[in-house]
Amino acid sequence: MPSLPTIQPEDEARADGASHEGVFDAPHVETHAKDLFDYALRLGDDSLILGQRLGEWCGRAPALETELSLANLGLDLIGQATLFLALAGEVEGRGRDADRLAFHRDVLQFRNCLLVEQPNGDFARTIARQFLFSTAQLALFEGLTRSTDPRLAEIAAKAAKEVAYHADIAADWVVRLGDGTEESRRRMLAGLDWCWRFVDELFQVDAVETRLVSTGVAVDRASLRPSFDARVAAVLEEAALPAPVYPRAVVGGRVGHHSEHLGHLLAVMQFLPRTYPDAVW
Amino acid sequence: MSKDWPLWEVFVRMRGGLSHKHVGSVHAPDGELAVRHARDVYTRRLEGVSLWVVKSADIVASDPAQAGPLFEPAESKVYRHPTFYDIPDVVKHI
Amino acid sequence: MYTPELGKPGAAAPVSRRGEARAFVAAVAARVAADEFIEPKDWMPEAYRRTLIRQISQHAHSEIVGMLPEGNWISRAPSLRRKAVLLAKVQDEGGHGLYLYCAAETLGASRDEMTEALLAGKAKYSTIFNYPTLTWADIGAIGWLVDGAAIMNQVPLQRTSYGPYARAMVRVCKEESFHQRQGFEIMMAMANGTPEQKEMAQDALNRWWWPSLMMFGPPDADSPNSAQGFRWRIKRDSNDDLRQKFVDITTPQAEFLGLTVPDADLRWDADRGHYDFGAIDWEEFYAVVRGEGPVAKERMEARREAWEDGAWVREAADAYEAKRQARAAA
Repeated sequence: MPSLPTIQPEDEARADGASHEGVFDAPHVETHAKDLFDYALRLGDDSLILGQRLGEWCGRAPALETELSLANLGLDLIGQATLFLALAGEVEGRGRDADRLAFHRDVLQFRNCLLVEQPNGDFARTIARQFLFSTAQLALFEGLTRSTDPRLAEIAAKAAKEVAYHADIAADWVVRLGDGTEESRRRMLAGLDWCWRFVDELFQVDAVETRLVSTGVAVDRASLRPSFDARVAAVLEEAALPAPVYPRAVVGGRVGHHSEHLGHLLAVMQFLPRTYPDAVW
Repeated sequence: MSKDWPLWEVFVRMRGGLSHKHVGSVHAPDGELAVRHARDVYTRRLEGVSLWVVKSADIVASDPAQAGPLFEPAESKVYRHPTFYDIPDVVKHI
Repeated sequence: MYTPELGKPGAAAPVSRRGEARAFVAAVAARVAADEFIEPKDWMPEAYRRTLIRQISQHAHSEIVGMLPEGNWISRAPSLRRKAVLLAKVQDEGGHGLYLYCAAETLGASRDEMTEALLAGKAKYSTIFNYPTLTWADIGAIGWLVDGAAIMNQVPLQRTSYGPYARAMVRVCKEESFHQRQGFEIMMAMANGTPEQKEMAQDALNRWWWPSLMMFGPPDADSPNSAQGFRWRIKRDSNDDLRQKFVDITTPQAEFLGLTVPDADLRWDADRGHYDFGAIDWEEFYAVVRGEGPVAKERMEARREAWEDGAWVREAADAYEAKRQARAAA
């Protein structure tokens, strides 16, 4: 029997850091950090870009009370973005903080879904976007509260309460606009029609997330789809609106292939830190 | 004629054990949204744990012109207050 | 933000109207003088009621229009923290407008009517919001100077004679306490920052200083309605006194920042114990009151668009509620 090479202490240390499965085929530690960085960016960018969009409503809402509601949603989302992006920076370990990530990446590095970057349109389209996104995000965050990564679980626990409110108030408005006047129904249908093609992406699971799901860090988005569909169907029925007919999905946000809208959003959002890179604000 | 959404009065319970207290009003088309509006307007700084809203038009109020007949008769009923009664200090727990 | 500047000569309602028993008027005046509060259902002189609606709605309009210059920078705030703070602050201003409209509504005005009056150019709002916000330093300057001036006006109004107005002001003052500090913090970061930042900070001070002094309203000699305002306890300090106080407090703050107040005549007068300051261009002030401010048209257009674009939403919610009630009744 041939003698085995001695197992050195550094090999033992590496073995300790290895994931529990796939020791032979998973490049583990580095991959895991990269995956987690990517995942935290996805979560943070979703909140950041939608928060930015909601901020654009300032001074334009249909009623003062609605103005305050939209601002509250925006504030929650910016808060979530700050936490997720800070985590991303920490995981990456290259000294980038949340602001650095928010203000100094370009379109190809953004990992948000396409739905959140869609322009506000009228109030109905904003509500359609909010309802679909928040309903999916709520299910995701509820699942993430059980993540094996305690940092993700902690952020998700805080954010899930916020998003439960977002999903509810958006649903209230879908019902009122859908079953309000003829004009509001027409606008609500148009708003939803704008958004349907971006829904599939919310439940897309790629290799990154598959690996994270296998270690219990991420939530399997595909598993959330049935409850999402049921909730959407219930709200549309209450709103006297027809059930959705999903067109061919448009995807790409998670790998940085966005709509044309994101570049304009970033140009506005990032202009100060980009123009004065040495400045502290 | 006003096209405003109806006006609702908002009451907030600051924390468990306290009564709801009137804090202001909001406009809302219905009770459900009135609660949401009340939440978004009046509890942004941890001001409450519970909300009531009631349509302003549904509040029945006393007439300020009748304040005399309504409230002044109570002024002479001093015997309703514990300090009205003289009990020697040596008597405890009363 | 409070706007005493708009009580311009001849604009206030007459002190008393025929048909109102003088005895009642005197009784209300006595209650006001005794620091008591007048409440919504109390009898009140018609002139008092109309003057209050005018003052409170102007105040509310100022909050709502005041969201626009700062709202202009929410999308461009330079950090996540600044973005959240600014969004929260502008949201507060919307809330303050809401509290104040509600206070005016207890006097029989509807929000709808007040908004229409604003959009028709019949109602006024603080002139300060008709100036543009050109750089991020303007957001600092607004918090520091404009909110600073507003706080001086607002704090005494917590004891104004009309109960709902006073209570709204208590809430407003409590919430505003962070507004000025966040503005000064922005100014500190910029005044101590890169040369470009410092230039922006100085430029913002140059542009916002004089309009801020104008926020306290015309000189006392040209404020003929002040006496009545004092009597009714809806005005508590004179325009010139507050302006002096503002200059006295703000000048050392500018020095702390290392910025120069754009007034060659500004100097400490040891005898008076106050700063002397230069003449204010009241021609400009009245032009802005008339609606000729640099961005007055943009401000009104923005408000009109929001109001008109929102009409179908407000109607839809009413229609839905009507249907729901009909279904419940059936």
